Amino acid sequence: MITAMASVTKVHLDNVSMTFDTPAGPFQALAPVTVSIAEGRFVSLIGPSGCGKSTIFNIVAGLLQPTGGRVMLDGADATGTIGRVGYMLQKDMLLPWRKVLDNVILGMEIQGLPLREARGRALPLLRRYGLAGFEYAYPNALSGGMRQRAALLRTLLFDTDVMLLDEPFGALDAQTKSHMQEWLLQLWGDFGKTVVFVTHDVEEAIFLSDEVYVMATRPGRLVETIPVQIARPRQRSITLTPEFIGIKERCMQLLNDAHKAALDEAA
Amino acid sequence: MTAQDTSRTGAALDLAPARPAHKARTYRRLPSQRDWPFWLIIAIQIGILAGGIALWQAAAVYGWIDGFFWSKPSDVYATLIKFFAAGDAWTDIGFTFQSTIYGFLLGTASGSLLGLSFWWSRNYAAVVQPYMICFHSLPKLALAPLVILVFGIGLASKVAIATALTIIVSALTTYAGVKALDPDQERLFYSLGASRMQVFRKLVVPFCLPWVISVLRVNIGLALTGAIVGEFIAAQHGLGRAILYAGSTYDIALVWVVALVLSTLAVVMYGAVSWLEYVLRKGIKQ
Repeated sequence: MITAMASVTKVHLDNVSMTFDTPAGPFQALAPVTVSIAEGRFVSLIGPSGCGKSTIFNIVAGLLQPTGGRVMLDGADATGTIGRVGYMLQKDMLLPWRKVLDNVILGMEIQGLPLREARGRALPLLRRYGLAGFEYAYPNALSGGMRQRAALLRTLLFDTDVMLLDEPFGALDAQTKSHMQEWLLQLWGDFGKTVVFVTHDVEEAIFLSDEVYVMATRPGRLVETIPVQIARPRQRSITLTPEFIGIKERCMQLLNDAHKAALDEAA
Repeated sequence: MTAQDTSRTGAALDLAPARPAHKARTYRRLPSQRDWPFWLIIAIQIGILAGGIALWQAAAVYGWIDGFFWSKPSDVYATLIKFFAAGDAWTDIGFTFQSTIYGFLLGTASGSLLGLSFWWSRNYAAVVQPYMICFHSLPKLALAPLVILVFGIGLASKVAIATALTIIVSALTTYAGVKALDPDQERLFYSLGASRMQVFRKLVVPFCLPWVISVLRVNIGLALTGAIVGEFIAAQHGLGRAILYAGSTYDIALVWVVALVLSTLAVVMYGAVSWLEYVLRKGIKQ
């Protein structure tokens, strides 16, 4: 039953490409990419700046119309339509004039759910996932980690099957980041969402994911898909196992190659 | 020690010394200033005011200045009593107050709405922008006689001038707020499937409120100026008309009295708007 579910394709990018018109001529931000992400999977995109990670996210979220290809959600064409996937940016984007509770219900509110009901749904989650006591605080009273929790819960409460997380922990210190990773995995385990995660941090990508997509620049493209077959739940100590280190070395090598190629081209 | 340092880093960079070699380095203390107690500041302020009035009185009495043109505090005080006893003092104050408040409200509200409206279309904003800048740089008071002709000598013309002075300041400031909006914040709203109206109501308006509020104090002053100028040109009531009347009849003491009343009115309204600003800011406190 579970294996059957895991094989259902949730997100499918069908030859999606993006070319921007710039004053200097057309700029290919993303070479055609074809990817299938199974339901309930946790996948990560890693790659240098300008490899098209954010472009992919914007296209999947419907905020950017690709110049080629289609985005399929649950087998139906969803290209260029908004409000179908949860999208979280590195900046938490909490509204400073709203209390934490009213920030996390934003998605439901926009979808037209009555406020009372939306708050009723959000409160237990806030309490259960580390924001107890801060429900009625304003965002500026929260630490960086807490703010990211609130932003993530807002994405979760938007209640879409797919969540796109664009470097959500990029601005956090190492200690907080590590806590947040475990917290995210707990959340993912509880809700079974399909998560696409962008990061610069190779270790973070491997620790969290079922699959790591390595990308490269000029043009932005997918170079390799690396499966991470490490059993869950994962302890922090798995980062020291030969298996983990092997995957990390492979990722680093791919990123290095891409980096060198870019430098050679520039020279 | 120093020689070693030079040989290591200085040699490579060839750093010039930071001070002339023959001078010994001097070390300063961080400048500091001790705050006077609050009562002392108030006492000094009152002292300066009292001293100024006393000096003025003395100068007029001993003939250092021409008492006819400058009047003197004792005459001003006597005229003040008479002014309020005469009865139309409150009519004048009420008239000026009314035109100021109407102009302030109208100008601020429509200006803010105009500024916010630019969020809806970049093209529309680009088209309207030059007209706004032109109107802004125009010396609007120079058009006051025209406004009086169009709107008559009653309240409407004063309100119109006060509105003209405040509307563009509000619009430009609010538009600055619109431009300061983080595009990523808008993208977040759209990613949640928001309509433009939802983004406007839930994001743009609350985000721009601090900008709207920040011009309130400037606008109350401008609105008062507009109302007074309108009364200077043609009016049957108002403090501006009273000053003009006093001046043209060489009643210098009365000029001072009305100016004093006007300043009091300005201070009261400024205080009220500051309080309003405080309340509003607390309401949208981050």
